[in-house]
Amino acid sequence: MEFVTPPRVRRLSLDDEATVVLDDVAIDPAREEPGSGFVSAPRRKVAQASGAIDRMAVEQLTIAYSGRPAVRSVSLPIRQGEVLALIGPSGCGKTTLLRSLNRLTELNRATSTQGRVTLDGVDIARLEPTSLRRRVTMVFQQPNPFPMSVFDNVAYVLREQGKRRPKRKVVQRAVYDALGRAGLLDEVRGNLDHPALRLSGGQQQRLCIARALAAQPEVLLLDEPCSALDPRSTEVIEELIVKLREEVAIVIVTHNLQQAYRIADHVAFMYLGDLVEYGSGSSLFRAPREQRTKDYVSGAFG
Amino acid sequence: MSALAAPPPAPPSAPLRDAVESSGSWRITDRIGLAICWFLGLLFCAIAASIVIFMLIEGIKYVRPSLLVTHPAAGFGESDSGGFLDTLIGTVVVALIGVAIALPLGVATAVWLSEYGRPYALARVAEPAIEMIAGTPSIVLALFGSLIFSSPALGFLSRTSGGVVFGRSFFAAGAMLSLIALPLIVGSTREGLQSIPAHVREASYAVGKTKAATIRRILLPTARPQVLTGTMLGVGRIIGDTSIIVILLGATLTLNGVGGVPLLSVLRGTGSTLTSYVYQNSPSGEGNQPTKAYAAAFVLLLIVLVLNGAVEVVTRRARRRTGWSS
Ligand SMILES: Nc1ncnc2c1ncn2[C@@H]1O[C@H](COP(=O)(O)OP(=O)(O)OP(=O)(O)O)[C@@H](O)[C@H]1O
Ligand SMILES: [Mg+2]
Repeated sequence: MEFVTPPRVRRLSLDDEATVVLDDVAIDPAREEPGSGFVSAPRRKVAQASGAIDRMAVEQLTIAYSGRPAVRSVSLPIRQGEVLALIGPSGCGKTTLLRSLNRLTELNRATSTQGRVTLDGVDIARLEPTSLRRRVTMVFQQPNPFPMSVFDNVAYVLREQGKRRPKRKVVQRAVYDALGRAGLLDEVRGNLDHPALRLSGGQQQRLCIARALAAQPEVLLLDEPCSALDPRSTEVIEELIVKLREEVAIVIVTHNLQQAYRIADHVAFMYLGDLVEYGSGSSLFRAPREQRTKDYVSGAFG
Repeated sequence: MSALAAPPPAPPSAPLRDAVESSGSWRITDRIGLAICWFLGLLFCAIAASIVIFMLIEGIKYVRPSLLVTHPAAGFGESDSGGFLDTLIGTVVVALIGVAIALPLGVATAVWLSEYGRPYALARVAEPAIEMIAGTPSIVLALFGSLIFSSPALGFLSRTSGGVVFGRSFFAAGAMLSLIALPLIVGSTREGLQSIPAHVREASYAVGKTKAATIRRILLPTARPQVLTGTMLGVGRIIGDTSIIVILLGATLTLNGVGGVPLLSVLRGTGSTLTSYVYQNSPSGEGNQPTKAYAAAFVLLLIVLVLNGAVEVVTRRARRRTGWSS
């Protein structure tokens, strides 16, 4: 079997002089409808979020794994009321940067950190990790519900550790609220006691978002949350993210540039550990200042 | 678009092919290998089946419900030597003591090795140490145990007469038998913990849970089937052991309590289990009542078969339940 039109392949060379090699691929002109460049694609948000508030600030942050830096003096603001998308080629340090925001990088003993990250002006290194992680929760690339019921997955977050576990009645409202905010409640209302691992991938990922929201976080970190999902589930989650940004500052890592364009207010482009360019979604995609950014975003859309 | 949307037309008359190709087309060496596989597979099935069938037939002939509920007695004939109630109780008691010690210890050790692993040097040494316990013949453990439990400091665990500590009791035997079960529980629990992907642990940390809460609420419940499997395998080993029973439990015909406190007296006293009963009533033992030996062996085999069945059910159920993407 052969494809009539082979999928487009884009290669990014990994030496320091970033050059983009576009494979010579015959693009059927008939398939490109006029004006269907991605910059004219519909964006999910209606208007620029008004009154964004600075919540976190990354200041000259460097993170190294056994001495090899994966993130190099990155500085960024993270605001409530807007979505920040981190984009960049594989291995450029997006996940590392994201995980450092709630100190998950510390779980790996080989990491070392320089610079600082603040949450509402307080250095997160001075906060207690567990309380920091309740304020800055994270959703992972692979849906990873715990092997318990749908209800318990969310209730687990609410039940305080160590002390007596609150009864189902006590946490019920909060669980329903979190499931509702993640847009999952209607689908699982009848089978809250079913094992979460029996849900579909998209439902599992929304359950993970519900779990992350149940902690009432101030910042929500999402690491390629849609990479394993179908377009419909992706759409549901994207709408959800855009809706959530009013209450929660959102940072999302994505390989899908259209997705970044659709949902992000600000976009940060990383390359080999460096933050190359940071700017509003439209300016970064329409008028990138840096050559490396231009190569990366234009290559993806042809 | 349209070109991609239309599936390529199927070749006109592609014959249906089975997913499994016939071995008729294989090379001769592959076919010889296949024959050897069949031979070995059938051989083991035949061995297992003949053990079970032989013991069932021999056992069924001699086992009577009354044997299970009458005390053994010293006697020369089949009619006056009683049943094996005491040995059945003995088997259950050593299994309970062994599990009561090995389960918490084994799970704690597995959690330490798998989740903490520090101090690093100690963890590196503990692993081969556990392997070594697993590899030690139980007769050696028995000798070692008799040395320990005869020490005056542990005299309260067994009978003492004229200042000499007897060193044989359910406590002594149970403690040494727990060492047999321990490596199995550690190994199985560890395997269960390590099969949980790292990102599941991180998902728990990422909503602000401590390591202790994660272990207690997520990891141990998830590894529960493996904990159970290890425990049941351990119980199987405990109730199948003979040397520790003979040396450390005294292998007395009946339960001989020590002291007046009801349960404690049994635990401090001596007794026997089904295995030692079989041994003593086999043609080479003192009792030499082969029919009783067959009956007891039959009961023992049944217990072991039930345990194995339970392990199978638990692992199968656990396999169906997991479903993380990596
Ligand atoms: N646990 C680790 N130990 C050592 N090095 C690591 C570890 N995790 C990541 N790295 C290195 O850090 C660099 C950045 O990795 P990171 O996972 O942050 O990339 P990424 O941008 O998220 O990539 P992707 O888009 O493929 O997910 C890579 O070079 C990687 O090899
Ligand atoms: Mg990543």
